Amino acid sequence: MKRAILAVAASFALAGCSTTDAATTHRVTDATASTPAPEEAATVDVYAAASLTDVFTQIADEYMAEHPSIEIRLTFAGSADLAAQINEGAPADVFASANEKQMTVAGDHIDGESELFASNTLTIAVPAGNPGGVTDFASLANPNLAVVVCAPEVPCGAAAVKVEKALGVTLSPASELTNVTDVLGSVASGEADAGLVYVTDLARAKGVEGISFTGSEVANTSYPIAVMTTGDAADASRGFVDYVLGAHGQAALAAAGFARPGSVATDASAGK
Amino acid sequence: MKLDATVAVSARGVNATLSVPAGETLALLGPNGSGKSTVIEVLAGLVQPDDGRATLGNTALFAHEDGRMRLTEARRRGVALVTQDASLFPHLSVLDNVGFPARARGVTKARSRIVAHEWLERAGVGDLAERKPSSLSGGQARKVAVARALSSEPKLILLDEPFASLDVDAAVALRALLREVLVGRTAVLSTHDGLDAIDLASSVAVLDRGAVVEQGPTAATFERPRTAFTAAMAGLVWISGVWTSHALTLADGQSVYASGRGLAAGARAAVAIDPRTVKLVSGDTRSAVHDVVKTLEPRGDGTLRVRGSLLWADVSIAEAARALPHVDDPVSFAIASRPLAYAV
Amino acid sequence: MARLPRWLILLAVIAAAFAVLPLAGLASRANWAELPDQLASPASRTALELSLRTAAAATGLCVVFGVPLGFALAALRGVTRAVLRAVLLAPLVLPPVVSGLGLLYAFGRKGLLGETLDAAGLPVAFTTAAVVLAQAFVAMPFMVVSVEASLAARDGRLEAIAATLGAGRSRILAAVTLPGIGVAVGMGAVLAFARSLGEFGATLTFAGSLEGVTRTAPLQIYLARESDPQAAVALGLVLVALAILIVAAAARPGRRVVQ
Repeated sequence: MKRAILAVAASFALAGCSTTDAATTHRVTDATASTPAPEEAATVDVYAAASLTDVFTQIADEYMAEHPSIEIRLTFAGSADLAAQINEGAPADVFASANEKQMTVAGDHIDGESELFASNTLTIAVPAGNPGGVTDFASLANPNLAVVVCAPEVPCGAAAVKVEKALGVTLSPASELTNVTDVLGSVASGEADAGLVYVTDLARAKGVEGISFTGSEVANTSYPIAVMTTGDAADASRGFVDYVLGAHGQAALAAAGFARPGSVATDASAGK
Repeated sequence: MKLDATVAVSARGVNATLSVPAGETLALLGPNGSGKSTVIEVLAGLVQPDDGRATLGNTALFAHEDGRMRLTEARRRGVALVTQDASLFPHLSVLDNVGFPARARGVTKARSRIVAHEWLERAGVGDLAERKPSSLSGGQARKVAVARALSSEPKLILLDEPFASLDVDAAVALRALLREVLVGRTAVLSTHDGLDAIDLASSVAVLDRGAVVEQGPTAATFERPRTAFTAAMAGLVWISGVWTSHALTLADGQSVYASGRGLAAGARAAVAIDPRTVKLVSGDTRSAVHDVVKTLEPRGDGTLRVRGSLLWADVSIAEAARALPHVDDPVSFAIASRPLAYAV
Repeated sequence: MARLPRWLILLAVIAAAFAVLPLAGLASRANWAELPDQLASPASRTALELSLRTAAAATGLCVVFGVPLGFALAALRGVTRAVLRAVLLAPLVLPPVVSGLGLLYAFGRKGLLGETLDAAGLPVAFTTAAVVLAQAFVAMPFMVVSVEASLAARDGRLEAIAATLGAGRSRILAAVTLPGIGVAVGMGAVLAFARSLGEFGATLTFAGSLEGVTRTAPLQIYLARESDPQAAVALGLVLVALAILIVAAAARPGRRVVQ
């Protein structure tokens, strides 16, 4: 009975929010089948990209509700930051990165294989009311606008550079920050006229509107997740990773605006 | 410029009235703690009085009016002060220190240096011009401070214990300088040594616990002190009483034989006696004054001061050894000559 | 050292080791052969130049405005002084990111003053001026404290004498008081410069991070530490060297303090 409901819910969520996609590599697993019972108490340290802040918090809460003896501790930061910390020996059990590059950076510490669980795409964020009068990506090149982006060294910044190249537009940002949360904050406070953030970030802040632009799929980022050898709760970690990859996790991700890996994410805050 | 001042600072227990004729030097004489520095600092504008008034020529320095003190800024008083520590500006050379008042008046740096050189030469310390204050001796610094004070062309110059902690040579040199530069200037000089008054001041004001007990021309004040305190500062044995034909009748009825000229019978009078003419004698001697020993003070020069409640005398140690009096013993003083009594 | 109790020496050694270990850690990660090339990279050079320029400007501001504030504070008494002092010296203990937020809400585009400035064509946010402001904000208390302490130690006698010699207030200040507190002003400037060089949290929050405009050395290190740790370490070691030089410079005037 549970199975059926889950399947229906998942398919509604997926059908409602995403457009068609090409081959996917994600697994949809039956959540009930992969949950071992009874469980030992364990603490799972999850290091996740900043853009996953809201959705992973939600997923973790749901997971902990279903598995009361397991505690999920979440650390959010720029993916490059997290990868560097893992390489320095930070005790991460699970790593969810905003792009595959950073997962490769931490590649020495992957336990098994990493798997893609979501994808995201860039969009333009403007303060409510669009005071800068931004229309599309090209309009961001206007030198009178204060545009904030991620620095090229971090995933969201690398994606921005890709888009610039593809569309032939050169931005002169007023500030280049190290994670997308900071960019979002700058736009939300009205300090910046526009910023490049992920589609999924639009829902995370108040007072922010999104302006999608054509050509953004050039910079789709795929999010990998993996169990790490630096941690100490291998079994419980695997359980959480499976959950993220499973119907529950995917439903939450989709609701937040993430797409399945390989597809284009849409604005979750827009009407469906 | 004539100075008339009443200085009252209740926190320091000072309430002193004095006046200095224009162009003259007044010695403010008193022991340590009598309030000399306070009076001087109030006149200079460094300390705020709570009452009193002072005028220098036509300028009011301060006055108590309408329930509050009205003070003229130190800058506008025309009063220069030479302190015990000289208070030279440590970051300026001696030359620039002395040139400071001229610069403050708006004179160019070059001209102020010329003026400064003149004053330094006059003070006899022209060779110190390029030195820094920290490299000067106490005496040198004080001379420079005098030069600086004078270069401000003050209407009144105040010197706070100018000879304190100077070695003999430095004191002599400073004294010579002051004798020369104070001529024709209105000045107040504070000291605890009567000799400074005699040397440099035409009048003296004696300060006892914050109040001026006596003021007058130096010589007259020291020859005929009107208070026991002044007499002590002058180093004289002193006693007062009522004049009766040819003796001074003391409060306890004893008589001190003296000669009096122009003294009316019944008038209050006093005698000031050279201590060398006062001797201790045995009790029977006629005309001796009978007293009781209050203190015995070794003077450090081989004499012992035997002080009674009325008179005192210095005796040699040898003499004291023969018949050493003790505190509260009866003692008799004999005055060798007939002192001159005068009205007080 | 022979006269100190052994337990004291032990604690001191532990403390010294604690202080030196992070520096040694930095040095151990450095690729000394590549160091000159790392530092010659445009990003590092630009960041360092920017840091030095802005720190110098901020120190200048601290001298021009911090010295008078020190005077004003020293002239106050009682409760007013205590309260004002506590508020004005708050940046000393405030977390820099909080200072940054405050600066943002004051001078940012929608800030108290920032809105007016922006409209007048003088935007502050995202400019080098913002960096200087952030540094000056966190560094000024060092100057104020130094000046205030130095003034409190004076008894005002020289100033009073200067007045009797006919000097007005400005002349007394310039010729008597300022030379007297010169060492303190120097020390305040050195500390302000050091604090400005090391400023990070307020700068990032308020000024942003853009190469050549607002990305000072600490911000460059923050950015490079993940993608190019060698560059971060190289720049970091430069800042360590500067810090040691500054501390050495600050200690020297101590010998001439006695007046």
